[in-house]
Amino acid sequence: MKSYFFIYRSYMRIQLALNLQYRVALLIWILSSIVGPVLYLVVWRTVALQKGGAVAGYTVNDIVVYYIFMLLVNHATHTWFALAFSYRIRLGEFSSDLLKPVHPIHLDIADNFAFKLVALPVMGAVVAFLAWSFSASWQPEVSALVAFVPVFVLALLMRLFLEWALAMLAFWTTRVDAISQLYFLFGLSFSGRLAPLDLFPHSVQSLAAILPFRWMLAFPVEILLGRVTSRELFAGLGMQLLWVIGGFIILQISYRKGIRRYTAVGA
Amino acid sequence: MYYVSLVATYFRLAVQNELEYRINFWFNLMQSLMELGLAFVGLTVIFSHTDNLGGWQPAELIALVGVYFLMGGVVRTFIRPAMTRFFEDIRKGALDFTLTKPVDSQVLVSIQKVEIWRLVDVFIAIPIFTLAIIRMGSHIGLVEILTFVGSLFSGMAIIYSFLLILSTTAFWFVRVENIQEIFVSLWQAGRWPIGIYPFWLRVTLTFLVPVAFATTVPASAISGRITTTTFVGSVALAAALLLLSRWFWRLGIRFYSGASA
Repeated sequence: MKSYFFIYRSYMRIQLALNLQYRVALLIWILSSIVGPVLYLVVWRTVALQKGGAVAGYTVNDIVVYYIFMLLVNHATHTWFALAFSYRIRLGEFSSDLLKPVHPIHLDIADNFAFKLVALPVMGAVVAFLAWSFSASWQPEVSALVAFVPVFVLALLMRLFLEWALAMLAFWTTRVDAISQLYFLFGLSFSGRLAPLDLFPHSVQSLAAILPFRWMLAFPVEILLGRVTSRELFAGLGMQLLWVIGGFIILQISYRKGIRRYTAVGA
Repeated sequence: MYYVSLVATYFRLAVQNELEYRINFWFNLMQSLMELGLAFVGLTVIFSHTDNLGGWQPAELIALVGVYFLMGGVVRTFIRPAMTRFFEDIRKGALDFTLTKPVDSQVLVSIQKVEIWRLVDVFIAIPIFTLAIIRMGSHIGLVEILTFVGSLFSGMAIIYSFLLILSTTAFWFVRVENIQEIFVSLWQAGRWPIGIYPFWLRVTLTFLVPVAFATTVPASAISGRITTTTFVGSVALAAALLLLSRWFWRLGIRFYSGASA
């Protein structure tokens, strides 16, 4: 455990320095990643306004707050493992990573956290601007904040494990981008990014309850909005735990099978 | 006439080149169909709660999706590949070879790379328009068709000029591909009518990054909701931007001194 602390400390130091090198690219990446959520915010806010101030139990303000938190939770749990991994394998960089006595996921997680740390001030400014522009108001309940902590940690672990496992496809195909796009589009509909899940028909909602996407994004956001009963909270935590364990097992199996297939490319 | 055969030659070369990557057709088709599916899922969910969005009827929003695919297809087939190639050429110094050819450099830069498989999006737009027109009923006359075609071409000219101006800045700043990323992400905003956005976003999408002229304006022409002022303004802006980008390109060329070599 202690050795992991030192590994992460030095990895973070390296990755922070690396991420700080690409400040402009980082700024542009963040700005372009907020466009999607802002568009859906505007669309649903318009619908709520047209319906006299609320749609399916979401008031105009609820919609605004929902999407601002969606933006934040999505940013905090977002990964780009699939893209990075397919590059790494195609360019032959994976060979040197493989020689290190540390599982390669730790370097990726450190890189992920370092990026988000550097991005934090920009995200703060973006959220402040959006909250001001749409005059959002939010009164958090203490119980919601307490419940949010474990839910958020599990959501983060779910995404780290499942998306790293998805990246393992790079061992089998050079077309990871097509598959991760499919994953992204499915995620968009079932995670509550396209619309709050309460606005979908019941059949979609029951499917979303089985798939992982809802538990990664919509669930933490709904908790912050105080829309989750304690019964739903425990059921949700159970689903998240199941997916974390499932993701961990898939990750272990796919990584072991993958490195056995791996042949170095390049120099 | 000479330029027509030049464009035809380059296009034929591009087709031959791309035919080597036939599997890309299937990947692009799959990707486009998924995006189309998502667009319709979005519309279905929205119209299960309301009967219009910012005054736009479902059929009009379907037409907007069609324009979005058509324009996106044109941008991704012709304009963006050429601009990306241009950036690479500047960095590698290969632009020198383009400039020494005895033809207009702007034309050459604009046609030197085509990704034909992206045309899938243009073909996907056809059934979407058909669906939109059937749902709109019979009130589409000659005027609507003419303003629609006119504003489509103006929209293309506006986007082309805009991206050319953006790319021309590469003569001064070498790393501008990143700015293209902002264009790509703001482009998504074209899927919804500009009128629903808050003021700051509307201004951005009209004047800073003219997505509104490429998607909302043509889509409002087909349903006859376009005003004469908007139509004339769109055509005038297209002409002005074409001239401006031309002038800016010449300025950039004069500044260019070759990389490496």
